[in-house]
Amino acid sequence: MSVDAADASYAPVFTGARKTELNELLTRYPTKMAALLPALWMVQEDRGWVSQEGIAEVAEVLDLTPAYVKGVVTFYTMYHQHPVATHFIQVCTTSPCNVCGAEDVVTALLKHTGCEELGVQSPDGKYQVIEVECLGACGFNTPLMVNERFIESVTVDSVPALLASLD
Amino acid sequence: MGFPHKPHERESLVLSKHFGEREAIGLDGWRARGGYTALQKALAMQPAEIVQLVKDSGLRGRGGAGFPTGVKWSFMKPGDGKPHYLVCNADESEPGTFKDREIMRWTPHALVEGCAIGAHAIGAEVAYVYIRGEYTEALEKMNAACKDAYAAGILGKNAMGTGKTVHVYVHKGAGAYICGEETAMMNSLEGKRGNPRIKPPFPAVSGVFGQPTTINNVETLAAVPHIINNGAAWYQAFKRADNPKSTGTKLYSVCGNIQRPGNYEVPMGFPFKDFLYDLCGGPLSGRQFKAIIPGGISVPIQTRDEAEATLMDYEGFVANGTMLGSGGVIVIDDAQNLVKQIARAARFFAHESCAQCTQCREGTAWTTKILERIVAGEGTHEDFDTLLEIAENMTGKTICVLSDSCATPVISGLTKFRADFEALIKKKKVHMVPAQVA
Repeated sequence: MSVDAADASYAPVFTGARKTELNELLTRYPTKMAALLPALWMVQEDRGWVSQEGIAEVAEVLDLTPAYVKGVVTFYTMYHQHPVATHFIQVCTTSPCNVCGAEDVVTALLKHTGCEELGVQSPDGKYQVIEVECLGACGFNTPLMVNERFIESVTVDSVPALLASLD
Repeated sequence: MGFPHKPHERESLVLSKHFGEREAIGLDGWRARGGYTALQKALAMQPAEIVQLVKDSGLRGRGGAGFPTGVKWSFMKPGDGKPHYLVCNADESEPGTFKDREIMRWTPHALVEGCAIGAHAIGAEVAYVYIRGEYTEALEKMNAACKDAYAAGILGKNAMGTGKTVHVYVHKGAGAYICGEETAMMNSLEGKRGNPRIKPPFPAVSGVFGQPTTINNVETLAAVPHIINNGAAWYQAFKRADNPKSTGTKLYSVCGNIQRPGNYEVPMGFPFKDFLYDLCGGPLSGRQFKAIIPGGISVPIQTRDEAEATLMDYEGFVANGTMLGSGGVIVIDDAQNLVKQIARAARFFAHESCAQCTQCREGTAWTTKILERIVAGEGTHEDFDTLLEIAENMTGKTICVLSDSCATPVISGLTKFRADFEALIKKKKVHMVPAQVA
């Protein structure tokens, strides 16, 4: 969908408390543009992802162009450019975790969530598993994130209990 | 402390003294442990006095480069009429490194205090703490610590009743290793893509928002309150007798194939062999160490012999074929084929390249493809030469050192661990040269 064809039913994020929060944030920086990453986080926190309409709204409140904002969104891996599953699971498989068996944890997660492959949601839309680069918890293999929750020391054997605890 | 283990008697606990103590996280608990006495003292000092004290202590940057902190601060000229900024690099993303995370999780006020002192020393009224987006717990703890410090009058327009303005703001990253590079971090903070900038101009001349800026690592800033309170001579004493260039304590994150992974704090010059075998418990049962990457994945790989001969300080690691880097010690044992891990490291760099520079964008991608082909048993001996040729073209030719960092394990791997590469090539059938077609 192009930005011009934005959904007319889109409800703005930056109203009420969010608007106040953004205005407070703007006092911290000498430019409006500097509030871009925090503003995008607010959109994702409220809506679960950053849509074209969200991009257009952020552009408007920060006096930027939608194209510029989109360029920034696509640079950073943590902004979701599409809706994600209820439990979005990001597993670290970079070298330090890799030597400790992180790939086996990924395989176990795919098996127990019913996800056919990495990045693809399970048929019930509950789970989505992706590999990510170093989560910075290399001494606690294998670390993963479920949405905003950070979980350490996941093993092949602990995967079923972990998934059960998410519901 | 070898958190989550009990501290080892041979550790020197300064920064990690309160790791694992829940009571130390909040403001009251932190004050009960001497928190903010250093800031009170520092705010009564002239910036130049603080800079001199930090210079005298010998403190060097703990993020990887090891640049003397006091010298870096002296590039800033308080009173030049421009707004100055301090940026705390808390984007800890170097694979193998998780020390700054523990500082922020367990002792967030130590970092707030270090930032406030650093800001005063360089004539800045604002310090930004740029924390990687994945560090949700560190973000939560740091946000709470700042909020409490403002409420208590420690931060703000009349910091600790001195009439001085000190702001510390947390800024959340959004998933990009390259934003740990200082000029990329400044762009990211400005609301831009995290592309590194060409230097010069250096940050002290034109940094974030085009103003004089200093960027310091979390561990560096967290050490500053201790230096203010205990003096330069006290900090200087943490060193080996024959090397005055590296001083203080250093936090090492240890991970990989080893008995007790975790964070350890030892004085500069500590024997690496004792560190690996006594403090960290040595290799897993029935295994031997094969390779050690002591400073995060960007530094050259050490053989076991090199590692065991190393004294742990900036010069000691260089003397044994590598660098101290971030202090992220990755241990790989004899059950692993190193090529797979070098290929995985290359994939990491290919994923994290900002793609501005051709040598990096193309080099990281091709290095990954060739290494993964070798791992799959489809490699040839010619690939070794190709890899080294690409590596050479990736070294010293780009805006930042991400490209060099990808080349480093390839070069040290092929030089020191060629048998691991050969083992994968030999799996392949003998390649026959096809007859020339006339």
